[in-house]
Amino acid sequence: MARTHAARGHPDVCDRLRNDCVGSVPAATVIAPDARATRAPAPPPHPFNRWIQPMFDALGDRLEAIFSSLRRGGKLTDEQVNATLREIRLALLEADVNFKVVKAFVSRIRDRAVGAEVHEALNPAQQVIKIVHEELIEILGGMAAPLDLGSRSPAAIMLAGLQGSGKTTAAGKLATLLRKQGRQPLLVACDLQRPAAVEQLRVLGERAGVPVFAPAESGDPVPVARQAMDEARRLGASVVIVDTAGRTNVDEVLMAQATDIKAAVDPAETLFVIDAMIGQEAVTVAKAFQEAVDFTGVILAKLDGDARGGAALSVAEVTGRPIKYASVGEQLEDFEAFHPDRMAGRILGMGDVLTLIEKAEDVYTEQQAKDMESKLVAAEFTLEDFLEQFQQLKKMGPLQGLLGMLPGVGRQLKDLDLDERELVRVEAIIQSMTPEERRKPAILNGKRKKRVARGSGRSAQEVNQLLRSFEQMRGMMKQLGGAKGMKALRGMGDLDLDALAAGGGLPTGVPGMPGIGGLPSGLGAQGGAVPAGGRPRGKTVPKRKRKKQKNRKGKRR
Amino acid sequence: MDVVILALVLGVLVAVVFVALLRVRRHPPPLDEQTAEQLADRAPTLDVPGTDAETPAGAPQVAEGAPSVAMPPPAKLSPAERFRTRLGRARSGLGDALASILRGRLDDDAWEELEDSLIAADVGVEATLELVAGLRERVRAEHIRGGPEALALLKEILRLELGVADRSLRWRDDGTTVWLITGVNGTGKTTSIGKIAARETAAGRTVVLAAADTFRAAAADQLERWGERASARVVRQESGADPAAVAFDGWSAASSSGADLLMVDTAGRLQNKRALMDELGKVERVLDREAGHVDEVLLVLDATTGQNGLSQASAFAEAVDVSGVVLTKLDSTAKGGIVIAIQRQLGIPVKLVGLGEDIDDLATFDPDAFVDALFAQATQDVSIEQPTATEDR
Ligand SMILES: Nc1nc2c(ncn2[C@@H]2O[C@H](COP(=O)(O)OP(=O)(O)OP(=O)(O)O)[C@@H](O)[C@H]2O)c(=O)[nH]1
Ligand SMILES: Nc1nc2c(ncn2[C@@H]2O[C@H](COP(=O)(O)OP(=O)(O)OP(=O)(O)O)[C@@H](O)[C@H]2O)c(=O)[nH]1
Ligand SMILES: [Mg+2]
Ligand SMILES: [Mg+2]
Repeated sequence: MARTHAARGHPDVCDRLRNDCVGSVPAATVIAPDARATRAPAPPPHPFNRWIQPMFDALGDRLEAIFSSLRRGGKLTDEQVNATLREIRLALLEADVNFKVVKAFVSRIRDRAVGAEVHEALNPAQQVIKIVHEELIEILGGMAAPLDLGSRSPAAIMLAGLQGSGKTTAAGKLATLLRKQGRQPLLVACDLQRPAAVEQLRVLGERAGVPVFAPAESGDPVPVARQAMDEARRLGASVVIVDTAGRTNVDEVLMAQATDIKAAVDPAETLFVIDAMIGQEAVTVAKAFQEAVDFTGVILAKLDGDARGGAALSVAEVTGRPIKYASVGEQLEDFEAFHPDRMAGRILGMGDVLTLIEKAEDVYTEQQAKDMESKLVAAEFTLEDFLEQFQQLKKMGPLQGLLGMLPGVGRQLKDLDLDERELVRVEAIIQSMTPEERRKPAILNGKRKKRVARGSGRSAQEVNQLLRSFEQMRGMMKQLGGAKGMKALRGMGDLDLDALAAGGGLPTGVPGMPGIGGLPSGLGAQGGAVPAGGRPRGKTVPKRKRKKQKNRKGKRR
Repeated sequence: MDVVILALVLGVLVAVVFVALLRVRRHPPPLDEQTAEQLADRAPTLDVPGTDAETPAGAPQVAEGAPSVAMPPPAKLSPAERFRTRLGRARSGLGDALASILRGRLDDDAWEELEDSLIAADVGVEATLELVAGLRERVRAEHIRGGPEALALLKEILRLELGVADRSLRWRDDGTTVWLITGVNGTGKTTSIGKIAARETAAGRTVVLAAADTFRAAAADQLERWGERASARVVRQESGADPAAVAFDGWSAASSSGADLLMVDTAGRLQNKRALMDELGKVERVLDREAGHVDEVLLVLDATTGQNGLSQASAFAEAVDVSGVVLTKLDSTAKGGIVIAIQRQLGIPVKLVGLGEDIDDLATFDPDAFVDALFAQATQDVSIEQPTATEDR
């Protein structure tokens, strides 16, 4: 994992940057007053908006505002670079990246952005985002780092981290994973401190079908660690997974104990488990654990939440250790290899739009994109275009994967379990139409519909449904066509998606799509985390709450 | 961003909508009905002005200020002292974080330091920019030149932001008081319940704990250990039972035995999980129905949490009627600055703080000590500018 550090440390740049945004409250109002103004009186959020919204609050949107004046092919001016860096800085801080890490990072970006020739096929905003993205991925570890258990058997894995970060759960998950890979893990209970911690590990071991070594319920865990390796040999276990008690980085006694446990088992992998929701202290904590146990990798836990997870960047930057796994739920199976590229998009609050852009660039020529734009603007988007669009989309990879890259959509739709065969059915219906019908669906009368239904092997009702939703889609696109670029997309927020929802019962009625109905405020918050946006986030007390609070007043003393 | 993205987003949306349509048609009613039912089920609680009004007037009698009674042996620190010493343990006082401020100049570096120290304390960018902008205005208006004066003013502003709230915990005049304890995973709910129970039993009250976390492995066992330590009775069911049913049992046991306090422990849940938040709403509704109302809904927040804390607070406040925050793990180096944003934006005050894993590591929130600690430099400082370990990757 080669990495250069030559380009670090231009604090003066950051300082200048910073001074720009101090004093004049929300920074973005300075940058693009009009862009903000158009968004101002927010319509009551439709549940649909909640998952579309985050996209528009993303960093790319804000950068777009900065660059809107720039012609294609030009160079970035100093002013633009500064404004851009300021936005990046804010986005990273909002994502909980440590402020010192942000400074170092932003100055590296500056070095790369200054004078960067604007890529021909891209606009400057995308170019800068690309640079940011690349840098992020590099810090986060480039490629997913696999577990390296060496050749010794039994090999040991030790888990360490703050209280409640998810160590015990991760131990159970690792055991499950390794067992699936044909290993024989042994779980070892070295948390003799927290009430019922041993019992918790026992239950998890049982669920995972893995033996648990827990000779003591309280006392000193170091002897337990020592005995564990013998026990593993006796049982013929090939991997020993040692769960330890949570400890605070300033607790010298417990930090020393962690060092001792490590010495006792001499682990091939020492994994530092950190909560994805952690804030600025991530660096201090990670550094302390690195000193105490010199961990070899990181597990980022609770990534199924809506935290942007900037801590990942902080930890990777200060420790240089790769993040190996993402823990994404409370079930033993909710455990994944860590993907730096996805995480980079998440930290920036823009999903995997960047990967999407790249994929799109591979598939669409600029001409195609332009054609599409004019069609959209003129509301001439036909079923034929849709079909074509659809086929292009397929070239970019499984739809499920693409969906996952849309910011704010991914996780919620992950469970949708999109069956590509169902898409084939949609395609089949359209393909059963004559070219003229595709261009003018209005001419589809009952007889023609029957023919189409027969031809595609679907029911006439399904054909109707498809036509209806296509009309609604087209209505949306027409409104979108009115404006341009992201601003247009933003307009989607104002669309009446109720009709669409009513037509198909999409929001609440779709099996396996629980998120869409009313994506929990989390999503709103993900987008809303963008600070400088003029969105009046503050001081909103839920209606029901306000009422109750009033009632309560009387009751209080 | 670009028309390509626009088209892509639309394309993907179109595809999803179509598939969804086809699918809905294939298995239509069950989910819709269920959702409708849930909504209907939920509706009445949305406007129950009666619930609160029914509360016996002039309710609470046990002042929150009484904890000194609750603290076991007299040789031990008072909660306030503990608050300060524990916070101090992780901090070296006003270190070089505020060097130029304390040197007295109020230049750009000084302003930057102030901002940095707020951001480093997880106060959040938005709140920080607002606070510092407000401070600059006042500094100008009041002709303040010196850094220390500006810092003192900022602390005063923060204390005002945090200081006006009512931090007392609500008790009933007679009958069993009900507190519901909520929060995301691993913040310290169960531990805090144990500590609070110990404090109240030491003060001579009878406490019943309901183990409504039926989900996490050995959660009820954990609560049971705490119950033993705190001499509180624990009501539990088998793992996987309906949490609302456990809450119901808890209320039955507590009210029929004439207990003073029932605390309901709930499973940790991330605020973006709709079903789990609904489940929590149901627990609250059952308690509301059985007990008349829930006296306190406490959100347990980990002090190490960053900006997500705000999202947690607003989501939980939407799902249940959160009346206060318990800020745990303040014995770490983290400063818990997100509670400032929570207080500012949602009006939810911090009521208690957790200062360690032991049974008496609990104190009433002290805004003064908290604000002072915000600006204290952590003893373990990490220098980012000279990365050392990164090279050997
Ligand atoms: N949603 C979600 N919850 C998780 C995840 N990992 C752990 N948890 C939950 O977080 C809480 C704490 O997890 P534990 O595994 O007990 O954490 P720990 O680090 O062992 O805690 P201590 O031993 O008390 O320090 C539990 O409620 C877990 O179910 C995750 O990836 N996603
Ligand atoms: N240092 C410190 N640790 C704490 C504090 N409060 C709780 N803990 C520890 O944090 C970990 C999690 O605490 P729990 O009480 O199990 O948290 P929880 O919210 O009930 O967790 P789940 O039920 O799994 O969601 C345990 O290891 C506790 O000992 C505190 O104030 N300071
Ligand atoms: Mg544990
Ligand atoms: Mg618990």
